[in-house]
Amino acid sequence: MASIKLRAVVALSGFALACAAQTGQTAAPMKKAAGGAKSAVAADFEKFRDIMAEASPAELFEAKGKELWHTKRGPKNASLEKCDMGLGPGKLKGAYVKLPRYFADAGQVMDAERRIVYCMVTLQGFKEKDLAKKPFSSASKTPDPVSLVTYVAGQSRGMKIAVPQKHAKEREAYKVGEEIFNYRAGPWDFSCATCHGHDGLRIRTQDLPNISKKEGAVAAFEGWPGYRMTGGRMHTLQWRLNDCFRQQRFPEPGYVSETLSDLLTYMGVNANGHVYKGPGIKR
Amino acid sequence: MKTFQATIFGMAALAIAISAQAQDYRTQAINSMHRDFHAHGIAGMDRLDEDTVQTICNRTGNNPPKDLAERLQQDQFEAIKYPADGNYLGDWKAGEKIAQRGRAMTWRDKIGKTSRGEPNGGSCYNCHEIDKKTTSFGSIGNSLAHFGKTRGYGPAVQKYVYGKIYNAKAFNLCSAMPRLGHSGTLTEAQIKDLVALLLDPNSPVNK
Ligand code: HEC
Ligand code: HEC
Repeated sequence: MASIKLRAVVALSGFALACAAQTGQTAAPMKKAAGGAKSAVAADFEKFRDIMAEASPAELFEAKGKELWHTKRGPKNASLEKCDMGLGPGKLKGAYVKLPRYFADAGQVMDAERRIVYCMVTLQGFKEKDLAKKPFSSASKTPDPVSLVTYVAGQSRGMKIAVPQKHAKEREAYKVGEEIFNYRAGPWDFSCATCHGHDGLRIRTQDLPNISKKEGAVAAFEGWPGYRMTGGRMHTLQWRLNDCFRQQRFPEPGYVSETLSDLLTYMGVNANGHVYKGPGIKR
Repeated sequence: MKTFQATIFGMAALAIAISAQAQDYRTQAINSMHRDFHAHGIAGMDRLDEDTVQTICNRTGNNPPKDLAERLQQDQFEAIKYPADGNYLGDWKAGEKIAQRGRAMTWRDKIGKTSRGEPNGGSCYNCHEIDKKTTSFGSIGNSLAHFGKTRGYGPAVQKYVYGKIYNAKAFNLCSAMPRLGHSGTLTEAQIKDLVALLLDPNSPVNK
């Protein structure tokens, strides 16, 4: 980890990114770079991307998430070490690729972020209302659940996606998720399927994965949580789905809501069998 | 009124055809969204409610029985507001800007205006190739390049394109294309500008 950080710091000196990541803050590399001379910026960016491929900035957020996981915090001054992500308290290896799943203690199907927020509330005493206030990364702040999800996801690097369908509630979540995926409404009559239900579609030059099939579902699962080059922020699938509902011209879905867990169950099960590469980079 | 009754009949027939199980999940999905969503800016909770076209398309996997589709298309067609002056051609240069702009109608935007205060965009390039010079275009819709050149410039084509942009569902009930006039996204003047973009012989689309 140390060598990764060092290389990143050296490579990113022009982008003022790496040091910020360690304090849970991110800068916007593209914006910062815009002031410089054009060719120099382009060259810097190439270098930036090469290093990224080797040492993803996601790893800096994994490190931050790891620290948060083990630190006693919140009104109850507790760590998350007793948090059960599905494989038993504190057992994180391979947990992310088996989420969403049914949790008997909560009586609900939960995706990774929903479960982490549940643990922050039950174990540490944080208020869900507060965590939901500004849940997405901005230029000045990366919320703690984002780093925590990145840490947990990193513990499934190289493992097969195996989102369970054993429990009746898990099968129900898939079916309801599928219905939500195909539900057209709003002023523009869009559903997820309008953009993600057919092969080979594009919005402008952006490829739209066909999430109703394995290959597309894999593309949609892979690389998240992801560091977005545009804007220089770490984001989870909670953010991605929120922004897609915005583009769908729907009202706004609740953060870590059942609707999103159901959609992520649909997507995850469709991606089952593929080896997850871990948190990554997105355009 | 006659079409309305026929529609109700068609819907009842459909409801029987759909298995009780699928209905359950569908109902759960709708309840789930009503419970979990909140209004944000201009995007109110009423946007989660289906109108007749959406209901039928949702319940038939976008593949409604032909007679029902035709009846509902007719209803949509009759509600198109054509320009009172009978003139469909606006300014293609303004049309190009509307076609390029993707912003409109999200929870960040205002009524009739984008978050940046510009008039609403039509998102046309998001889905269609139009002027060949713009190489960044989507593929959800077919290519509209050389539209007038290949389809003709006359009043019938002009009226068709105006109507198609105003309400795409009047011609193809479960089209992926939004109903841009019907939904209040674009004004009459904006739709005329877009017709000109596709059908003015001087528009770069026809060069
Ligand atoms: C109007 C079109 C549109 C609609 C509707 C839409 N999306 Fe998207 N979606 C996009 C675009 C554009 C991207 C970004 C693709 C890119 O960055 O290359 C995207 C990206 C995604 C991704 C990430 C894909 C990847 O490669 O990492 C997921 C997952 C996703 N959408 C899910 C959904 C879900 C679930 C819904 C329904 C709630 C939905 N989308 C509705 C346009 C849409
Ligand atoms: C979400 C994607 C989408 C958007 C946005 C969109 N369209 Fe379409 N459009 C389609 C699809 C799909 C079709 C073909 C199916 C059909 O006929 O409805 C189509 C068909 C058309 C046709 C008929 C083509 C023919 O061959 O007869 C015209 C004209 C058209 N669109 C113009 C526009 C204009 C102008 C805009 C911008 C105001 C626009 N579209 C925005 C998806 C879209």
